[in-house]
Amino acid sequence: MAGEERSVKVKIDHVEKIYDGRQGQMVALNGVDLDIYENEFICVVGPSGCGKSTLLNIIAGLLEPTSGAVYVDGKKVEGTGTERGVVFQQYALFPWLTVLKNVMFGLKLKGMRDEEAKEIAMKYIKMVELENFVDSYPKELSGGMKQRVAIARAYAVQPEVLLMDEPFGALDAQTRTQLQAELTKTWQEEKKTCFFITHDVEEAIILATKVIVMSARPGRIKKIIDVDLPFPRTQDLKMQKEFLDLKSQIWGEVYQEYLEVRK
Amino acid sequence: MDNKKKSKFQIPKWGWLLISFLTAMALWFILSIHPKTARSFPYLPEILRALGTVISRGILVQDFLSSMISVVSGFALGFVTAVPIAFLMAWYVPVRNILEPWIQFIRNIPPLAYVPLVVIAAGVGRRPQIIVIWLATFLIMAVTIYQGVRNVDETLIKAARVLGAKDRDIFVKVIFPATTPFILTAVRLGVSVALTTLIAAESTGASAGMGMRIRSFSNSFEVAPMLLYIILIGIIGITSEKIIKTLERKLTGWQEKREV
Repeated sequence: MAGEERSVKVKIDHVEKIYDGRQGQMVALNGVDLDIYENEFICVVGPSGCGKSTLLNIIAGLLEPTSGAVYVDGKKVEGTGTERGVVFQQYALFPWLTVLKNVMFGLKLKGMRDEEAKEIAMKYIKMVELENFVDSYPKELSGGMKQRVAIARAYAVQPEVLLMDEPFGALDAQTRTQLQAELTKTWQEEKKTCFFITHDVEEAIILATKVIVMSARPGRIKKIIDVDLPFPRTQDLKMQKEFLDLKSQIWGEVYQEYLEVRK
Repeated sequence: MDNKKKSKFQIPKWGWLLISFLTAMALWFILSIHPKTARSFPYLPEILRALGTVISRGILVQDFLSSMISVVSGFALGFVTAVPIAFLMAWYVPVRNILEPWIQFIRNIPPLAYVPLVVIAAGVGRRPQIIVIWLATFLIMAVTIYQGVRNVDETLIKAARVLGAKDRDIFVKVIFPATTPFILTAVRLGVSVALTTLIAAESTGASAGMGMRIRSFSNSFEVAPMLLYIILIGIIGITSEKIIKTLERKLTGWQEKREV
């Protein structure tokens, strides 16, 4: 990409994860090495079972690697930390809290006073355009709105790295497209390093500065593809040659893996 | 089911209640005049006369209070013990493995069966009554709350953790609120079990109480006051259930609609 030298935000250093299952050991991740630079938007694609969620959980500190380590700003990851925010596919909103209280949750844990937490929470609720729903409970919201709240909640604690595990996987195509555009906008405004898992190749190209294709059994990085398309990436882009070339290249890599898995 | 009628106007809810009530009254009336059942089902006037008698003799208030003391103290003990045990069972595998089979085993024995055992162990009077209700309510509530704690969505715990929650925060701010609906369901089931068990509990030589009085009326063939007491127990049961349901709606309105 452009010549500027950027600092490594997240260093994944030979991470290996082995699960002990009933049918013996299962290698989920087999020596994954990756440097994620500041402000990069990484999209990870790969067939299910390639260990992409495992990798995300290890970066988040929710899982421990069997060997190897993850470093954020040179500091080894041990357990969770608020400098790494996570958005889950299943939204994971607290159903007993209103939208506002959900977004305030992490801020209150930091020991922030109510008024201050509320002010910051409101900023991010406005960012995801839900200011008319501050007092609604999650059950009153649509799937897309719930995920917006989850994104606002993750951003509110000001993480430096945002980890997203197929956040739009459960949404319909239109809502998806809309949230992708919103996410790009926030990413440009807030300048966070993003690590985004998806199984949708188009979604990866629309969002990412770099697409990582993972291979399955054992899970490892197969290919890293730079996406040098200008932002914002609109829907028209999907018809253009550059996009289609990338799509067929990435899809080809992923499809090979699907075939491998089916064997 | 509501719209089966072809008439243009809908019968309101209170209308159905009235119809249901009148049907029952008619059925009761038939039972009260049919020669085979007349003796066991005296009709309303006799029941009202019996009500007058038990009130004026002062036994109704005495029985009601006595029963309520047993139910409330037994239930309270059951609740206070069930909550920590349920959480311990959900938290610590050894506790679960040791306790759960026995809780399930004893829960399936009707309280009436072990009442004599409790009387032999604890003597007659109020003590065995409270113990029996305690035991029965503890079992049902421990199982229900335990299920609730185990059902807490793990992604909520993960979400709290990545937002900076420590173990204590997770307990207070995630597990406890997430379990509230189950705790309230447990309370509802517990109250209902407490009333059911009451009759068994009061067969232990109580000197007053709704269950004891039914037994004593039965011994002296006083059918009208007996039927009256049976109806009153029903009223107490449905009233407490309605109160708890209102409480549930108030406290857990955030829940996705679900009937337990």
